[in-house]
Amino acid sequence: MRALEPWVEPPLARFLAESAARMVLLTTTAGQVVAQHGFTRAVDLMSAAALGAAIVASTDELGRLTGTGPYRAVAHQGPGAGLHLAAFDLPHARWIGLATFGRETSLGVVQVFFERMVGELRAASPWEAPPRAVLAADFERELGGSLQALFGR
Amino acid sequence: MTGPFAAGLERLTRQAGVRGALLVEREDGLVVAEALMEGLDGAAFAALAASLWSRLARAGEAAGRGAPAFAQLEAEQGTMLAVPAGAELLLVAVAEPDSNLGLARLELIRAAGELA
Repeated sequence: MRALEPWVEPPLARFLAESAARMVLLTTTAGQVVAQHGFTRAVDLMSAAALGAAIVASTDELGRLTGTGPYRAVAHQGPGAGLHLAAFDLPHARWIGLATFGRETSLGVVQVFFERMVGELRAASPWEAPPRAVLAADFERELGGSLQALFGR
Repeated sequence: MTGPFAAGLERLTRQAGVRGALLVEREDGLVVAEALMEGLDGAAFAALAASLWSRLARAGEAAGRGAPAFAQLEAEQGTMLAVPAGAELLLVAVAEPDSNLGLARLELIRAAGELA
C-alpha cells in the first residue's frame, strides 16, 4: 500500500484488512492519485484513476439530467470479481474510492467497510478548508512526484 | 414498511426479543428488505450474515456435512439468526442478548419456507 499523505494510510490499511478487497485506489475527482494498493504498473494506475473519475463525473451528470441523482456508489459484479466505486466528501475536497474484490468477500462487506473508511478519513483529515488551486505549471511536477511516491521509485 | 416481504418480516419482529429482521442477498450481502428497530445498521447485518453464511457453507462442504440449514451467532450485544430463503436469499433475525429465541427460531424457519 502506498499513500501520498501519511494520515490516509491507517484508514486505508484497516479497510484492506477488514474488507478483503484486492485492489484499492483513492483519487481526487480530477483523477489525481492519492493512495493505492495492488497496482503494480504506473500506466494501469493512471488509467484506472482517469476512468474512475470519468465514471463518477458521467454518473453524476446522468443523475442530474434524469433527476435521479446524485448517486452514492457504482457497483459492478462479475462472475468472479466485483468493483465498488464511490465519491465522498472530505473537509478539503471530494475524493473517489475504487475497490475491486473477489469471491472471498462480498459487495456488502466492501460497502460497509468502505463507509467506515470514509468516516475515519474525515476524522483524520488535517485539512479544514479547500487548499489552494493547483496551477497548470505545477501539475506535471506534482504528477511526477506523486507517481514516484506511489511506486517507490 | 411495504413490499412483498413486509408482512413476513414484521411478523418476525413481533416475536419476543427480536429487534429486527432482514432479507439479504446471499452472494452480495446486500439488503433486499428490512424491518429494523432504530439504531440497527441493516447494511452491516446483511454483510455479516452473508459473509458468515458463505464461510459456513464452505466449511460444511469441506467437512462433508453439506450446506448449512440454520445459523445462530451469539455475541455480547445480541444474537443473529439466519436461514436460507430460496436459492439466493437469507432470512435474518437480530435479537437481544440472552433472550429466549425458541419461538423466534420457529417463526424464522416458517417465514423462510414461505419466501422460498
